[in-house]
Amino acid sequence: MPDAATDAARDWPDQIYALLKEHDIRQVALVPDAGHSRLIKRCLADNDMKVATLTTEEEGIAMLFGAWLGGEKGVLLMQSSGVGNCINMLSVPISHRTPCPMIVTMRGDYGEFNPFQVPMGNATQTVLEAMGTLVKRADAPEDVAPTVNATLRLAFNTYRPTATLIGQRVIGAKTFGK
Amino acid sequence: MTDIPLGASGRMKRRDLVKALLADRGKLLAIGGLGAPAWDITAAGDVPENMPLWGGMGGAAMMGLGLALAQPDRPVAVITGDGEMLMGIGSLATIGVKQPRNLAIIVLDNEHYGETGMQETATRHGVDLATMAKGAGIADTRLVTQPEEVAALRAAIHAGAGPLFAQVKIDESSEPLVLPPREASILQARMREAILGKAAHLQ
Ligand SMILES: Cc1ncc(C[n+]2csc(CCOP(=O)(O)OP(=O)(O)O)c2C)c(N)n1
Repeated sequence: MPDAATDAARDWPDQIYALLKEHDIRQVALVPDAGHSRLIKRCLADNDMKVATLTTEEEGIAMLFGAWLGGEKGVLLMQSSGVGNCINMLSVPISHRTPCPMIVTMRGDYGEFNPFQVPMGNATQTVLEAMGTLVKRADAPEDVAPTVNATLRLAFNTYRPTATLIGQRVIGAKTFGK
Repeated sequence: MTDIPLGASGRMKRRDLVKALLADRGKLLAIGGLGAPAWDITAAGDVPENMPLWGGMGGAAMMGLGLALAQPDRPVAVITGDGEMLMGIGSLATIGVKQPRNLAIIVLDNEHYGETGMQETATRHGVDLATMAKGAGIADTRLVTQPEEVAALRAAIHAGAGPLFAQVKIDESSEPLVLPPREASILQARMREAILGKAAHLQ
């Protein structure tokens, strides 16, 4: 018998997609991460979502600000290393008091293989919080949907940058065959 | 509009140029990049349809994209400096892929970082932003050097046949500061109300 936990282990990307629909997210800004690939596919297949693949993650912070000016809700999808590219641009939603929800897949976390992912992965939460972002972590599949829901609600109800960090225990570590 | 005065360099003066671009602006929304362009759009009229930026260097063009996608029936002009554009140069590729018809990016190219003491930018050394924009897939790409070309540029901003990228060579002299409100929550709320009405505050 499938229980809620095993459903979530399989379906958490679809659960995030359902939340994006529920919150009427119209703009999706992203730099691809393997952990987000299923969610990205669903967004790309949705004609009501304008998906922009960015050249660097800070573009997404700026784009979401523009979207909100025009009355549309957006979300930024990225991996933890991309958070480092966003730091100064976060001054925009902070100073303007505008929503900026981010959904971050963690690298440099449980079981990391690539040394270059560790410095930023280890600093992701600290850096975001240093830049005034409300951060919640999801380290079990069944926690992903409620945490993302909280991140979207906090952003759009209280006008600030917010982030869900999806732990590497949920995504699975990339081991390059080792 | 051919009466835009020229500075000592023989190039157009920035304030008069921006005033001309924003004249009779109708439904035009304008984002002014960090630095002198924010003061330029403010000097043309400190109106709710303006978003002058006090920070977020490198983000102006992408803000324009988000706004243009959200408001496809209104023309959106990003008016920014060469230094600010260079910091976010990759966004030209992002915009080139999305092809927003109602977005125009106007770079006021004084070949310097004016706001920080007139240090030279890459455009001073021949880096060609218009060609970079063309390479990013923005078909209507212009290098504007003459006052006679400004009327057509203004018309194109309103025409909705973009995306449009214009690199306008301007005189490097700086102009007196004309500051918009510094409390940025006011800037966003007034623009949102101008676009969405009072409902903006209940979204
Ligand atoms: C990330 C970041 N780096 C540097 C600065 C400092 N800064 C403020 S305005 C500016 C220059 C802007 O130059 P440009 O876009 O060419 O506009 P101009 O004032 O010359 O018209 C710089 C470097 C900053 N505010 N933020």
